Amino acid sequence: MVFKLNNHLLSRIASSNGHGEDSPYFEGWKAYDSNPHHPMENPNGIIQMGLAENQLSFDLIQDWLKNNPKASICTPEGVNEFREIAIFQDYHGLPEFRNAVAKFMAKVRGNKVTFDPDRVVMNGGATGAHETIAFCLADPGEAFLVPTPYYPGFDRDLRWRTGVKLIPVDSESSNNFKVTREALENAYEMAKLDNIKVKGLLITNPSNPLGTMLDRETLRSIVRFINEKNIHLVCDEIYAATVFSQPEFISIAEIVQEDIECNLNLVHIVYSLSKDMGFPGLRVGIIYSYNDAVVSCARKMSSFGLVSSQTQYMIASMLSDDEFVGKFIRESKTRLAARHRVFTDGLAQASIKCLETSNAGLFLWMDLSGLLKEKTSEAEMALWRVIIHEVKLNVSPGCSFHCTEPGWFRVCFANMDDQTMEVALSRIRTFVNKDVDTKKPKRTLRWQGSLKLSSPRIYDDFINSPHSPLPQSPLVLARN
Amino acid sequence: MAIEIELPSVVLSKVAVSETHGEDSPYFAGWKAYDENPYDESSNPSGVIQMGLAENQVSFDMLEDYLGQHSEASIWGKGSPGFRENALFQDYHGLKSFRQAMAGFMEQIRGGRAKFDPDRLVLTAGATAANELLTFILANPGDALLVPTPYYPGFDRDLRWRTGAKIVPVHTESSNNFQVTTQALEDAYERAVAMNINVRGVLITNPSNPLGATIQRSVLEDILDFSTRKNIHLVSDEIYSGSTFYSSEFTSIAEILEARGYKDSERVHIVYSLSKDLGLPGFRVGTIYSYNDKVVTTARRMSSFTLISSQTQHLLASMLSDKKFTESYIKTNRERLRKRYEMIVQGLRNAGIECSKGNAGLFCWMNLSPLLETRTREGEVALWKSILHEVKLNISPGSSCHCSEPGWFRVCFANMSEETLEVALKRIHNFMEQRKTASV
Repeated sequence: MVFKLNNHLLSRIASSNGHGEDSPYFEGWKAYDSNPHHPMENPNGIIQMGLAENQLSFDLIQDWLKNNPKASICTPEGVNEFREIAIFQDYHGLPEFRNAVAKFMAKVRGNKVTFDPDRVVMNGGATGAHETIAFCLADPGEAFLVPTPYYPGFDRDLRWRTGVKLIPVDSESSNNFKVTREALENAYEMAKLDNIKVKGLLITNPSNPLGTMLDRETLRSIVRFINEKNIHLVCDEIYAATVFSQPEFISIAEIVQEDIECNLNLVHIVYSLSKDMGFPGLRVGIIYSYNDAVVSCARKMSSFGLVSSQTQYMIASMLSDDEFVGKFIRESKTRLAARHRVFTDGLAQASIKCLETSNAGLFLWMDLSGLLKEKTSEAEMALWRVIIHEVKLNVSPGCSFHCTEPGWFRVCFANMDDQTMEVALSRIRTFVNKDVDTKKPKRTLRWQGSLKLSSPRIYDDFINSPHSPLPQSPLVLARN
Repeated sequence: MAIEIELPSVVLSKVAVSETHGEDSPYFAGWKAYDENPYDESSNPSGVIQMGLAENQVSFDMLEDYLGQHSEASIWGKGSPGFRENALFQDYHGLKSFRQAMAGFMEQIRGGRAKFDPDRLVLTAGATAANELLTFILANPGDALLVPTPYYPGFDRDLRWRTGAKIVPVHTESSNNFQVTTQALEDAYERAVAMNINVRGVLITNPSNPLGATIQRSVLEDILDFSTRKNIHLVSDEIYSGSTFYSSEFTSIAEILEARGYKDSERVHIVYSLSKDLGLPGFRVGTIYSYNDKVVTTARRMSSFTLISSQTQHLLASMLSDKKFTESYIKTNRERLRKRYEMIVQGLRNAGIECSKGNAGLFCWMNLSPLLETRTREGEVALWKSILHEVKLNISPGSSCHCSEPGWFRVCFANMSEETLEVALKRIHNFMEQRKTASV
């Protein structure tokens, strides 16, 4: 059935492109969707490296589920709870769910801080949480400062239906993209000149796409800044448990506990289980606010995006299992660290540098600026298209993260198995080395031992990772 | 330790400080009274009986039996193959198997009289989210939706709070069973124009909450004609469609469109949910079915803010694609609701109370206007308070549903056991007896 379109009958919000899907961030996904890599069925397809998912530790979750059938209201062991859970739609959420989430958040932060379950508010994923916080804190036309580079989804989540603006706070590779007081002040002043009221600052810590953490001094400086300007601070700590090596993660919760002057009513944390646990499908988003009015308002708004009670019940059960949680967090970090190492080593072999200070997240921030014809965003996009269509890797171009320096790309490494990772690395090596061939003598490639994880993988019977059969480096195409 | 500083507190948004969340309505005040003193057969027999919550608890046994026999529904109980894909699945198109199952279920409810294309189904976390989302798409801040009264109190929040949209009520009268008339629609439209408000659509609930009655076919035709004449949208919230006591008595707007060859259908959008028909409000399963491609695409994108848990989608895909089960469930559920309705209406009649003619839903629409001290909203609220505090029944006053005539109350009957319903009816009976003797 085909129906006529009647665009003039829809709202401005509906007719705008505030949904953000025209960004190259999503263009790459579309390219992947139309030609996805599969070791058996489509070995020459595009490998998805633009999706920050954590797929490394499902075996641990599956084992726990098998051993804890009562956590599900569908199993014979758990079905007695079905009725009560199915009816439960109180926007406070199941008390055991809030308790378990508060405990989990504390554990992820090494129990250096505690969280009050009564301040835990659910939402439809961090996506829903961000939009809700924007609705609570800002009116249409008002703005949040956001350090670049930042997660492309923010453009939609914070702005689309809320009418709130985002003002970028620039950073530079010369100091590893740190957030500086100076940059914050500049952005704030620019907003003032444009007559835009700044209501808050949004930071993501650990950072997406950088994969780095904010150090104590920077966090304290940020806290001082927001207190001076009397604006809100929203800290997205969605990658908190992905910090896999030293230094340890420092949460804003820790900072406000310290001997620092801070109006707690300004501080709010956004969290989710989508990255740390690898459960994006479950839509478990959390707002944790130190401001009572915000907790109250966000809770009412959560009616528009409550977490399924079936899911709350299971998560409550899983996250209250202290032993399991401890084991999971440790093991997940170990696997992420290993994956990170293999990847950075693999890239280094191809003379590709990544941001040095990265010790968190599910991705690397890769510097390909040396491969650009000229240091412009057009050149970056041209290189990106080559990488997608010829090298067949969906990586995310820095411009989609509003990075001001062209040539940086985010590449995700935790959403695939070992074999696929090796295919990806070999494709990268091939295309870079073919280019190097035109200038330098051939280097012998040294093969890093492939990382075998302890649990069975779907593609285990696939022994040989093929090299990408490219006759000529597409890099040559990009530069001519 | 963080030192609390005496700074002027940072202002939250206007949306945050407004009261459009609607929680100060008596609709919710009654719930609070119940929460503080809830009835329990053994431990609190003189507590407040909750009759203000439209939940369907009469058919859980059938769902539990199903689960007992079908372990494949429990991908998350066994960590079976496909578990990983399910945990990762966050595509806003939703699980195809789930959409197909939902479309099939909606068709079954309508006795096969309408067809639904799974690719037009957009999934949201509950009808609450669906109604808000549609409003974001159909109306700009300051624009209005026409909504026939009496209507579900939650609409005040869902349609207006964060969207900035307005509701212009379409008045109805007891003299014709509160049916919507073209005249009333025209009047409401004119009122909006006079206030310089842009009307973007009509939102109807069919079957109606709180009336507990289906909208007649001819009235639906009139409403659709009106919307077409004014070139505005028509949203049909059919959340109680599976709770009609007799399948043949419910006409969906989808049937009207089909009969018209889908002419002009791109203005029509249907909202549905499993919270009432299946009694699963906790699972947050809502859907928008739109005949307008752009609305489908936009709604799908917006659903990112309110996706249904993949765990829940999987469970329900399994359950709802079992056609034998759903056929049997729908039939039995209707019968049980009808029996409950007959029980309560008869019980009220024995106590000297009449209800409006109902044939659907989880509640009846009770007429207590003869008992009012004054035929005003205040009189109604006073009566409501005495029923809450003396009779210990939480029922919903018509004014919270924006009813234009005072004295009507919504009474829910499907969220309790038969025994509890008997207790409630007894209390009402005694209350009426006391009033009779008092007035002698």
